[in-house]
Amino acid sequence: MAHSVRRDAPELPDFSLLKRLARDQLIYLLEQQHDVDKLYKVEHKPILYRTVRGCFLYPLTNWFLFPDVVNADKAFGRFRRYKIIFSPQKFYACENLLEEQGIFGDVTTDEWSFYLLPLDDDIISLELPEFFRDYFLEGDQRWVRTAGSALHLLHSVYGPFSKVYGIGRCSKMAYESWREQVEEGEQRARQAEIGNVFLIDRDVDLVTPLCSQVVYEGLVDDIFRIKCGCVEFCPDVTSSDKSIKVMLNSQDKVFNEIRNEHFSQVFGFLSQKARNLQTAYDKRSGMDIKQMKTFVSEELKGLKQEHRLLSLHIGASESMMKKKTKQDFQELLKTEHSLLEGFEIRECISYIEEHINRQVSMVESMRLLCLLSLTENGLLPKDYRSLKAQFLQSYGIEHLLTFSNLKQLGLLVEQQPGETLTVMESRVGKLVNDKTAGKLTDAFSSLAKKSNFRALGRRLNLVPKSDEEYDLRVPRDMAYIFSGAYIPLSCKLIEQVLERDGWTGLEEVTRMLNGHEFAVTDARVKTDSQRIILVMFLGGCTFSEISALRFLGREKGLKFIVVTTAITNSARLLESMLDNHA
Amino acid sequence: MIRGKPDEDDYWNSSKFKAFTFDDEDDDFTRLKESKRAVNSIRSLVEEEDEEDDVEKVSWSGEPVGRKAKTGSFQSFSESFGDPSIRNYAPELRKPKSEYKDYVSDWTPEETVKRMQQGKVYSLEKFRSLQDKLLLLDEAVNAHDGNVITAVLIYLKKSLSKEILFRELITREIALRHYIHYLKEIGEQKLLVELFKSMDRTEDMALMQYRDHLNVRDENKKRDFLKNCLSFPFSPDDATHVQDHYTLLERQIIIEANDKQVESSGQADIFKKYPRKASILNMPIITTLYYSCFYHYGESDGTFSSPANIRKTFRISDKQFLLTCLGARAKLKAWFDVDALFTTKNWLGYTKKRSPIGFHRIVDILQKNNAPVQVLQDYVNLVEDVEQKISLAQKYKCHDVIINTYRDLKDRQQLIVYRGKVERGSSEYRKIEEILSNSQLRWKN
Repeated sequence: MAHSVRRDAPELPDFSLLKRLARDQLIYLLEQQHDVDKLYKVEHKPILYRTVRGCFLYPLTNWFLFPDVVNADKAFGRFRRYKIIFSPQKFYACENLLEEQGIFGDVTTDEWSFYLLPLDDDIISLELPEFFRDYFLEGDQRWVRTAGSALHLLHSVYGPFSKVYGIGRCSKMAYESWREQVEEGEQRARQAEIGNVFLIDRDVDLVTPLCSQVVYEGLVDDIFRIKCGCVEFCPDVTSSDKSIKVMLNSQDKVFNEIRNEHFSQVFGFLSQKARNLQTAYDKRSGMDIKQMKTFVSEELKGLKQEHRLLSLHIGASESMMKKKTKQDFQELLKTEHSLLEGFEIRECISYIEEHINRQVSMVESMRLLCLLSLTENGLLPKDYRSLKAQFLQSYGIEHLLTFSNLKQLGLLVEQQPGETLTVMESRVGKLVNDKTAGKLTDAFSSLAKKSNFRALGRRLNLVPKSDEEYDLRVPRDMAYIFSGAYIPLSCKLIEQVLERDGWTGLEEVTRMLNGHEFAVTDARVKTDSQRIILVMFLGGCTFSEISALRFLGREKGLKFIVVTTAITNSARLLESMLDNHA
Repeated sequence: MIRGKPDEDDYWNSSKFKAFTFDDEDDDFTRLKESKRAVNSIRSLVEEEDEEDDVEKVSWSGEPVGRKAKTGSFQSFSESFGDPSIRNYAPELRKPKSEYKDYVSDWTPEETVKRMQQGKVYSLEKFRSLQDKLLLLDEAVNAHDGNVITAVLIYLKKSLSKEILFRELITREIALRHYIHYLKEIGEQKLLVELFKSMDRTEDMALMQYRDHLNVRDENKKRDFLKNCLSFPFSPDDATHVQDHYTLLERQIIIEANDKQVESSGQADIFKKYPRKASILNMPIITTLYYSCFYHYGESDGTFSSPANIRKTFRISDKQFLLTCLGARAKLKAWFDVDALFTTKNWLGYTKKRSPIGFHRIVDILQKNNAPVQVLQDYVNLVEDVEQKISLAQKYKCHDVIINTYRDLKDRQQLIVYRGKVERGSSEYRKIEEILSNSQLRWKN
């Protein structure tokens, strides 16, 4: 980006060590098993394999299916020995199931404590996409200690941390679990590489991950789905007959320069880059043999590499453009922005309705409904009933179950009679100035307890006034990641807490967010590591949020490291709410 | 609970780049680990004894903490040590050998939970009184480790009657949610239903049972299953939806059987011309309506497969009906049907075109279904907003609409500009020429 304001930001620690640790441990585990033939993924279908010794690397979401695999084998008269290596942790429930099914001896178990996968210089993932559903929907805390252990690992290798801030029940628990593990283990004095830590529950801010992403990396994730830092570009992008798998990280020089850019800026950048490349190639003409030799040995390889990357990203951009114009992306974004702003809600509702009626993407319809509910503090009973009925007609009545899940999590709810007060308050709030609105909020929130996006938006200035022009080439705040329409709540909270060095002055905000905030200071040596901040998202974070934090880091001379249970986006988040797996 | 795991905590904590050393002899290694574990457990035993002196404080319940944990079968035994310091001196000497093993597993709820978290050997059998069981459960909940909470719940499930367990879970929200999730995962439907029933969570119970229809593959069995669901205590709204679900599948089965037969006998042209790509079973209501508009258009209201019947049965809104019908008829290029959808007659017998959705939308849908310009322009003409009309007309090249609109607006300049955009000598070019040379017209510019 052209506007890197401060160049004095500290260097990030080296996370490749984490990978080595994990790999060494897996090798160790596997070497303990003699001659394992093959690794299997457990799915709900008969596995056709001829080998005698199988080793299962287990996606824990399906642990309860394993006995079926073994029993199916037995039914065929195949008696085998099985080894389950759980990662990152063993489930007592699963061991119990093995015991109940009478296969405990046939199956032995082990653990591969692989907590952290560095996806990039500043992104570490726990690769636990199931965290969101398990914790926030089912209320199962099976991953809380895992999160604590991950933090413990980071603390042992890169700590000690001098300050820990957090908000949300799960953050609090993960923090406590980590502290407990610290106390159990030995303490060693070392030079801290990471100074501050911020823990945040995903349900503190559910609006942000439900917005359409328009920053390059986020858009690529929304459209092509990045898995473990890797994306598969379809033939449409590669303009050949093959799909290509590409690693997307800071090693890709072209990608690194556009990943945080608003999509509208990407084309200009890419074409400039293409022109530069052409000039570099053109240098060849008029070279003598010796110059040519140096050119080939020194520059050509780099240029070719750049050429390849450039054509890939141009292809991807074109393909995304095509997809987005086909589905009237502009109108969709306009609706989203209106929802965030609380403007022309009736028009938004009829837009959503038509979206449903025309049976356009189910997840997309659900996303808009959830955004409507989250920003409006629930739907009016009349709207709720009618939109739900139409949704079920268009996408299948079994989505009754989905609605029940969304309600349980608070993503899509019906306004309760008491809550109409909040609606009234937000209407009144629009008419009077901010200060009075604040007082009104105080008065009303004691009556209606529900969280309040509008009030939060006003308090934290999340939604800039729409009449001002927003120059996306020179972003002035984190709102650029949503075309200047909205500053992500999660990132704004982080900014505010770091600025205030705690939660002082944010009492009303935390109250509206349902509390559970904390700030713990361990005031030892003040070093440069203070400016390296580890942000841990419990329940997933989006690429847009990471871009926003990178922006914040550049503005303030800080470096953010994002640790997340998984990279998420609206589709992943909502798909995890579906109950259609039998 | 044997755990074949090296002490990796040490490993993580120790020097950054130290790699594992591998033992080639598996058995030796296991043995080594076993002895290490044994040594460790002895050490922790000693430490725990030490600790106990420190925590010989009064807990929230008013009883000494160390003592409290020793309720149960060993109470009398532990009480016999009036002075805790005596215990520090080789307590095992005072115990008969046979009891030694039991003594090792005599951990407090807190210790037990901690051991479970660390993957060490533990034992739950000694938590026999209800009070002990609940203390253990509460301790697991306090430790925020879902894995351990579930493990304790599995033990309670085995060792308590369900009535008692349910009763205790009502006041323990976190444990309850773990229990529900566990039962869901291992598929213990029946117990789950009982649980919801005992807690008066009837809607959850109904949904839980309804969910099971997803597991029924055979359509007739599924229909019967759904019929059975009708008696479940859903909320009033959901009850209507479930009723719809049953009715829908019932009809889909009839339609499917009929159409399959018609299709294979080759009686109907429509199936020959457009063979069915998939069965209609288990499709949403709107898809079924689309199917009906596609294959069964014009059937009388009385038949299950007619659009009118589906519309009425499932209370489909005018707007929704129009959109679906339009899509289906446009796909078949049945422009006459499309036309009829919008035509209304007033009491004088004049016809007029009306639509519950804006005509710009209609144009959009028709265009996506590859409607020819002749058809499109009729609908572009119906768009009320002039600017929108012109931009749509330009987008879809409806020259006549553009030319006529400019003529009606008396906008000579725009017409001249537009003349430059069309092909010289084409019919639209000639039309513009004609209009421009018409001296009767009074231009505004």
